[in-house]
Amino acid sequence: MSCTATIGKKLFIITVMLDIFNYSFMVRAFAAGLVIGTIAPLIGTFLVARRFSLIADTLGHVSLAGIALGLLLHVNPIITAMMASILIALVVDKIRQNKIVSGESALAMLLSGGLALAIVLVGLARGFNVDLFSYLFGSITTIRSEDLMIILPVGIAVAITILVFYKQLLYISFDEDGARVSGVNVNALNMMLMILTAITVSLSIRIIGSLLIGALLVIPVTSASQISRNFKQSIILSIIFSLVSVTIGLFISFYANLPAGGTVVLISLVIFIFSYLFRILKLA
Amino acid sequence: MSEVLVCLKDIHFAYNRELVLEDIDLHIERGSYLGLLGPNGSGKSTLLKIILGLIKPQKGEVELFGQPQNKFKDHFKIGYVPQKATQIQSQFPISVEEVISLTAVSKKAAHQALTKVGMYSHRTRLITELSGGEQQRVFIAKALAASPEILLLDEPTVGIDNESQKDFYSLLRELNKEGLTIVIVSHDTEDIIKEVSRVVCVNRRLVCHVSPKEFIEGHFQDELYGDDRKKIIHHHSHA
Repeated sequence: MSCTATIGKKLFIITVMLDIFNYSFMVRAFAAGLVIGTIAPLIGTFLVARRFSLIADTLGHVSLAGIALGLLLHVNPIITAMMASILIALVVDKIRQNKIVSGESALAMLLSGGLALAIVLVGLARGFNVDLFSYLFGSITTIRSEDLMIILPVGIAVAITILVFYKQLLYISFDEDGARVSGVNVNALNMMLMILTAITVSLSIRIIGSLLIGALLVIPVTSASQISRNFKQSIILSIIFSLVSVTIGLFISFYANLPAGGTVVLISLVIFIFSYLFRILKLA
Repeated sequence: MSEVLVCLKDIHFAYNRELVLEDIDLHIERGSYLGLLGPNGSGKSTLLKIILGLIKPQKGEVELFGQPQNKFKDHFKIGYVPQKATQIQSQFPISVEEVISLTAVSKKAAHQALTKVGMYSHRTRLITELSGGEQQRVFIAKALAASPEILLLDEPTVGIDNESQKDFYSLLRELNKEGLTIVIVSHDTEDIIKEVSRVVCVNRRLVCHVSPKEFIEGHFQDELYGDDRKKIIHHHSHA
């Protein structure tokens, strides 16, 4: 009798959990979340390897300016966010190549500049008829079907591009000079990585939010590097960690009525703590 | 006369208007084992980077395998071993096998290169877990995996213990005997002149291009590492 009761209780919990998918906005959120949860660590692995993690945060802030511009001009904000972040990503790449100022200073300036521009644009429009909070920290209810029509194909294209250029990207991340000597077009690949990062960041802004997107590109990758035994394994583990964070984060966001970005990032931090402890215990 | 693999003509290079190299003419012949020596800041690593195409000289010509550098496409013919031991990120999760796969045309070539440098048994380990000497062996294997005809090494023994240095030089000797042309940049004159067949000294200008015996008899070492840099240039200009 007690066994039947336990099974019944479990079935009830599963039914309640699956109930989430009766809401079309949650189906859209999960579809977008799975794409973003895959491409963010995929790109992030190469950024972390190149010690260029701050670019994601910078582009997140710039994307916010793009979002504000889109809302002001009544254009899909994802498209304007993507255009703004690609433009700034190319500027960053140029600065890095020409060493006009140090890469870190350039990122800090552009990060503040992006946020400042967003605030000014919001001021110009005397506020928008949308919740800006959702763009800052992410929201599961804001993803529309037309957003999904952009996120899914563009996200898949980003993943395919990374897989096609995987070996060259690994080479320039590990040994840039060696790659140049071997005839790899390092400048073109750097530019491509910047553009792909810009696209990933602008696609993620709806769910994770502009202030937290950097975390999804970096934390799962750092967690994976604690326990992985090679680069390929590091990528696979970081994607798994990211997808687990997104899935659990979205569930919590739905049931606790909390901003999705915050819940996703907190879950990824918990995973980091576990992977770090795992490494420490293994070394002991 | 052996085939000339690298030919530098009248190379001039300056960093921020400060002249680092001037009037450099140099030929590197197939099969040679050449030590590129000079004190810190003498321009020897800059010269290596010019040969590798990592930086462009303001004046002068570089020819690789008889072709102008900008038209040279057979990149596999040039192997490069950077001064890496101290530069690898401690958290970079790349295995030895993955490092070799960056240049290897096949898995077989990768395994052969690793066997050659005695690192096959370490293939599944992370590169960050290896000692400095082992890391340099992996970098040599990475270069060898592409079957190069010339191997250029930039201060490869920096940060490596004496025992590993001996093994490292022994490996290079063996590779040179098999026909590989080797250029090694170093400031460690004493060890290098015991190994190489030719010594090239650089101190902004080309100070000498001689055999190790001539290098010792000509007292180039005293001049090269003395404080009077003008004396070296003066000597060269009247040579």
